[in-house]
Amino acid sequence: MNRIFATKAGSDVYRLRIPWRPFSNDAAPLLSSQNAGNPEKGSEAKQYDIAIVGGGMVGLALACSLASRPLTRHLNVAIIDSNPALGRKHFIKKEDLPDPRVSTITPATISFFKDIGAWQFVEQHRHAYFDKMQVWDYTGLSYAKYNARDADKEVLGCVVENKVLLSSLLSRVQETVLPKKIYPSRLNSMSILPNSSSSEVDSMLSMTALFTHGRLAKLELEDGNSLYAKLVVIELAPVGADGGKSRVRELAGFRTTGWNYSQNAIICTVEHDVENHCAWQRFLPSGPLALLPIGDKFSNIVWTMSPKESSEFKSITEDNFLKAVNHALDYGYGPHPTPSILGSSDLFSWLKGGISKSANDCFEIPPKVVKLASERMAFPLSLRHANDYASKRVALIGDAAHTVHPLAGQGVNLGFGDASTLSSVISEGIAVGTDIGEVSLLKKYEADRKPANVMMMAVLDGFQKAYSVDFGPLNILRAAAFHGAHHISPLKKSIISYASGEMRLPLFA
Amino acid sequence: MASSMFLAQRRWFLSLPRNLSNARFFSALPSEHPVSVSGPQNNVGPESNKFEKASSAPSSLKEPELAKFSAIADTWWDSEGPFKPLHKMNPTRLAFLRSTLCRHFRKDPLSARPFEGLRFIDVGCGGGILSEPLARMGATVTGIDAIEKNIKIARLHANLDPTTSTIEYCCTTAEKLVEEQRKFDAVIALEVIEHVADAAEFCKSLSALTAHEGATVVSTINRSMRSYATAIVAAEYLLQWLPKGTHQWSSFLTPEELTMILKRAGVDVKEMAGFVYNPLTGRWSLSDDISVNFIAYGTKEK
Repeated sequence: MNRIFATKAGSDVYRLRIPWRPFSNDAAPLLSSQNAGNPEKGSEAKQYDIAIVGGGMVGLALACSLASRPLTRHLNVAIIDSNPALGRKHFIKKEDLPDPRVSTITPATISFFKDIGAWQFVEQHRHAYFDKMQVWDYTGLSYAKYNARDADKEVLGCVVENKVLLSSLLSRVQETVLPKKIYPSRLNSMSILPNSSSSEVDSMLSMTALFTHGRLAKLELEDGNSLYAKLVVIELAPVGADGGKSRVRELAGFRTTGWNYSQNAIICTVEHDVENHCAWQRFLPSGPLALLPIGDKFSNIVWTMSPKESSEFKSITEDNFLKAVNHALDYGYGPHPTPSILGSSDLFSWLKGGISKSANDCFEIPPKVVKLASERMAFPLSLRHANDYASKRVALIGDAAHTVHPLAGQGVNLGFGDASTLSSVISEGIAVGTDIGEVSLLKKYEADRKPANVMMMAVLDGFQKAYSVDFGPLNILRAAAFHGAHHISPLKKSIISYASGEMRLPLFA
Repeated sequence: MASSMFLAQRRWFLSLPRNLSNARFFSALPSEHPVSVSGPQNNVGPESNKFEKASSAPSSLKEPELAKFSAIADTWWDSEGPFKPLHKMNPTRLAFLRSTLCRHFRKDPLSARPFEGLRFIDVGCGGGILSEPLARMGATVTGIDAIEKNIKIARLHANLDPTTSTIEYCCTTAEKLVEEQRKFDAVIALEVIEHVADAAEFCKSLSALTAHEGATVVSTINRSMRSYATAIVAAEYLLQWLPKGTHQWSSFLTPEELTMILKRAGVDVKEMAGFVYNPLTGRWSLSDDISVNFIAYGTKEK
């Protein structure tokens, strides 16, 4: 029967070997305890539909999203991540102080979490909605205040610790029927052979044969396990300058474009005397300082500055640091904005009826920080974007596809957008009987996500660039833009909707 | 596999002279190693007898192009190759099949394998780019094609995935299977009818293959000014998506004509949809616009 006629098997195999560095993702502080779960060493290779390399927030969100769709909930999924937290059920203690690694998630992400059934778990832990946001700068010229009611919304977003997001997604994926296995290891090598159907084959349907013909990707793990998958999804955060992680992506044939900002961000948790329900962001000469509510009387600080300043601010005493923060959020670097400077709303009075409801909200000084509630961490900032998100049997999601300036906390939202779109594309593919590793299918995911991500990255990068120059006329221009954003209701509504993750293009929808 | 190797319709490209379905032609047909432009084996010798036998069966086939297509048969599975338009259109055709056939057979549209237990035939299967997805959707698929080389490629390709290795591929014709009294729950002939010499006879065969209460699905290109502009001038000459001469406009059927000849063959057309190409996104979608590419789903009348 199955006689196979042949020319020759493809020769341009690509294969990558990665010298792995420790795999610290967003939930890194959880790594402290001992290694979880001992896999049977060198056990027989297993075959999966999808292997998710990197069980971070976005990778787990993809698994949850697959589990929530009728056409994908029976896919066999392997999750490869050495984070021992993934082996435990409940790794969050209520009495823990808020972790400084937080995400500002948008209403679009919240509804995605509700759709995939993970939001109920987030609600069991600390999370802080905010419905106001005040943005101003050090020149005293620019100031804007956003209120959820300007866009007829309940909230502008929610600040959640990354470990809460991670554990919620993990709890959700564990309770679903999705056939999944977590490999607590790291990827050692991945190989995908070109398609061929033209060599002589004896054992037609063995995994090795399927691999040889480009129908499966082969993954070898550090612990000696190996597995095969129709589709490999890579979610790896390239942490700072450490190229270890992005290496997977680059060796898998994905090129990236990007640059490092010669800036570091200091992050930490602080405590106030009063509760904070507003997100604050002030543009300082060296970069933005954000103060985000994270529940109770705690707030999170993300302060962007030069590397030199960051090492200084990291090492000064707690008292001095708190003083510096309070100073920077008040009169430091420049005056409070005075609405009269640009003629207030008169400037836009020609725009009849367009004045937004919150236009008359006064400038407020953020609540004072009184205590440091975590250590201060510093990490370098960069922008990086993969030129392609998909190739044969491989798709990039989350930080493997794009790393953005942490401004406005959009990064992880873009990642959740990737997870949602990819699972929907896979589901559409299954509906019409497509091989889910088919590049033409995966390119649909890319075509959908790339423009959206690039647009948001450009907006954030533009903000960053606009503020990296202190130049009189530019300051005025910036101020005018801010005033416009503050006073013109449709514009404001558009900005809020865009930042909420509900619109693709800002302003022109 | 069935040892009976017969000739059959080809999907997609055949359109030289018409009414060639007589014995003289069959002896000149591509054999197991079809007459390929570059192929070394043009050996029609011992095989030709086989074809003369095969030719005794009535066939609505047009042949001389078989050689042309077998020359590019190797590229069936190259999604960027000559069959790229078909690859691009495939998900849209399958979406139509999925929705109409799930309804017809009262299957759960939310199932990953809704067609489990149903026998489908893909007439003019080419390299199997429609048969394989149908098999992944659970159907028990038979794929037939006139070109031996296509069947070989289809079989090789399908064997590389356990879910598609169950497909039965035969180099035969619809007419021949009618003689064998084969019946299928769904008979699917996409982008084939424009390449056959006698569309009415072809439809009769499709109808005869359809089981009681089964479904018949046919897709083709309309004979409209727009189809001339897009399917021939644009696709063959300007964009060069298709080899020149792939289609002959005058042999296209209008939706009314197709409905009528299917009706005469005993198939009642229940639903029709158009495929529309968006040059900006490069994607096909289903639409009410049947002025160029269209697909018809019908049921066998009692």
